[in-house]
Amino acid sequence: MLDAFLNSAIAMATPILLAALGELIVEQSGVINIGIEGAMLCGAFFALVGAYFTGSTIAGIAAGIAAGVAINAILAFLVVNLSVSQVVAGTALDILAAGITGVLYRRLFGITGMAFMVKPMARLAFGPLTRIPILGAVVFHHNAFVYLAFATVPVIGFVLWRTRYGLTLRAAGERPEAADALGLGVYRLRWHALLASGVLTGLAGAYLTLAYANTFVENISGGRGFVALAVVILGRWNPWGIAAASVLFGAAMALQFGLQALGTAVPYQLFLALPYALTLVVLAGFGGQAASPSALGEPYRRP
Amino acid sequence: MLSAIGKSIAALALACAIIAAVVLALGASPVGVFAALWEGAFGSWYAAADTIVKATPLIFTGLAVSVAFSGSLWNIGADGQLIAGAIAAGAIGPYLGGWPRPAAIILTLCAGAIGGAIWGGICGWLRARRDTNEVISTIMMNFVAAQVLSWVVHGPLIEASGAYPQSMAIAPSARMYMPLEPTRLNPAIVLAIVLAAGCYLLLFHSRAGFELRAMGRNRRAAAFYAIPIARLTIAALALSGALAGIGGAVQVSAITHRLYEKFSPGWGFEAIAVALVARLNPFGIIAAAIFFGALDNGSQAMQRTQGVSPVLVQVIQGLVIMILLAFDTPAWTRIRGGLFARSRDSAPPIEPGAQADA
Repeated sequence: MLDAFLNSAIAMATPILLAALGELIVEQSGVINIGIEGAMLCGAFFALVGAYFTGSTIAGIAAGIAAGVAINAILAFLVVNLSVSQVVAGTALDILAAGITGVLYRRLFGITGMAFMVKPMARLAFGPLTRIPILGAVVFHHNAFVYLAFATVPVIGFVLWRTRYGLTLRAAGERPEAADALGLGVYRLRWHALLASGVLTGLAGAYLTLAYANTFVENISGGRGFVALAVVILGRWNPWGIAAASVLFGAAMALQFGLQALGTAVPYQLFLALPYALTLVVLAGFGGQAASPSALGEPYRRP
Repeated sequence: MLSAIGKSIAALALACAIIAAVVLALGASPVGVFAALWEGAFGSWYAAADTIVKATPLIFTGLAVSVAFSGSLWNIGADGQLIAGAIAAGAIGPYLGGWPRPAAIILTLCAGAIGGAIWGGICGWLRARRDTNEVISTIMMNFVAAQVLSWVVHGPLIEASGAYPQSMAIAPSARMYMPLEPTRLNPAIVLAIVLAAGCYLLLFHSRAGFELRAMGRNRRAAAFYAIPIARLTIAALALSGALAGIGGAVQVSAITHRLYEKFSPGWGFEAIAVALVARLNPFGIIAAAIFFGALDNGSQAMQRTQGVSPVLVQVIQGLVIMILLAFDTPAWTRIRGGLFARSRDSAPPIEPGAQADA
């Protein structure tokens, strides 16, 4: 029981972690990406379409990434080049993505929702390690996505905080005017951040359809993109903090299924609401935006 | 003003042109799709009445969004506030059996307003006193509201038989008058129009409204002019929540008579499209809400006769918002100014440079 719960918590945490790491990159460059939910949904849909029609998981993942990047490119044009309100543009993309995937889904697979399945991705083989109590289920019993997601954490930490490029990217999020004056190219940096984030968000979507549900249902992302926004805050804009917060949200979601299966009287909805409430408390308690990039959410217009 | 209306119509036309191309690409007939939309929305008296019914919650949430956006308070949480209002109305409604009908209806709507005001007011308080970004807090409160709704319809408010996860029906006395049966057209639309007029007076003919709009243009400058930023922020988001909450209560009182999961199909998000098309003008919101209500209503007919999914409407909503944003940007105005050598528009656009988190 505990094994299954912990295993499921990690599985639930993975798409949130991938999306949140993507969100971290854009937020460090000074853009708040509310459209992440839409990019994830498109990634999920096109990954499944790609995998279904080619029969190849790799092609599916590539299609999911391409969809995530494409959605973020639209957002980048709107919020970077046209410097429109990031919040409203992102919300528009969320609505648009729900519409596009819904229309195409019914076009391709009919309103009956006939079987539209891909075979589940295999778990990586760790031989006897899988049988270690608890640790085996938590660490050695997942598909490749999960390890990729958690391996990305130190990589992003290193790139953003230990390389010259990461420093310039964060400069665009802290003091865009100063960064531009130094010739760092705020528009270019924010485009880079949004495209890189599109890759991670597309992967997060691909995980949902190819590795988790093995099918697509309308609105399969189910708010996980918004959860990623919360995770970035709970994780204090730090990749390690974000990994911990993702596991917390994953555990809350896994607990829901556990409680439902047990048929207890404990209202599982309150556990599901808990992480969101916790995010609010953390936001309020830490005295606002102390850890967030200074220019987060402000459209930058080149003088 | 004319140019503002012109822009909205141009954006809708452009979105429809893109949709026509999309529909063609899907292998359906654009003429058939638009004809089906029209037929479903206005093809008969009954359809037209139902279009108004479908537009009603959008007027309330559209007003909610426009009040908040006028102060550059990016309330993405109208959906949660509407649900909070609906929960309050659905909780009190079953116990109003002994009350005279007008009093019971008013009490139900007031409960909705209070529920929504609390939900929005919390985010206002967090922004004003704890410097918490209202975009994030309103989104989080959407999720909390959805989970609370799921909980109450499975638990405390579940109907006596307990067969379905839905709440007890509200007392007959708390149900909205239905003067025009068999249509569902009801006095709620009148309330929506009255509230739109009220919002118009508040925003454009009152000191508080002027201060709110000044704060929306430049929060820091407004503070220098002794505008009570903190109080205004809390009041604006509480009012915004109350308007959305009334929308939820109206839906309970007039249409559903009870609560269930997934109560809102996204009225709070659609409201952003409504408010932007209306240029945040309360009277414009009535027209924009009827337009989107007609799309919602017509999309059912479109699915029946043309085999195109009704979520096509969401594609239109998303496109309209993005096109309007692009129309409004100073970068675009500069390009157009260069092309047509025109001076700047007389009507100020929704300030695209307004800072989400200044």
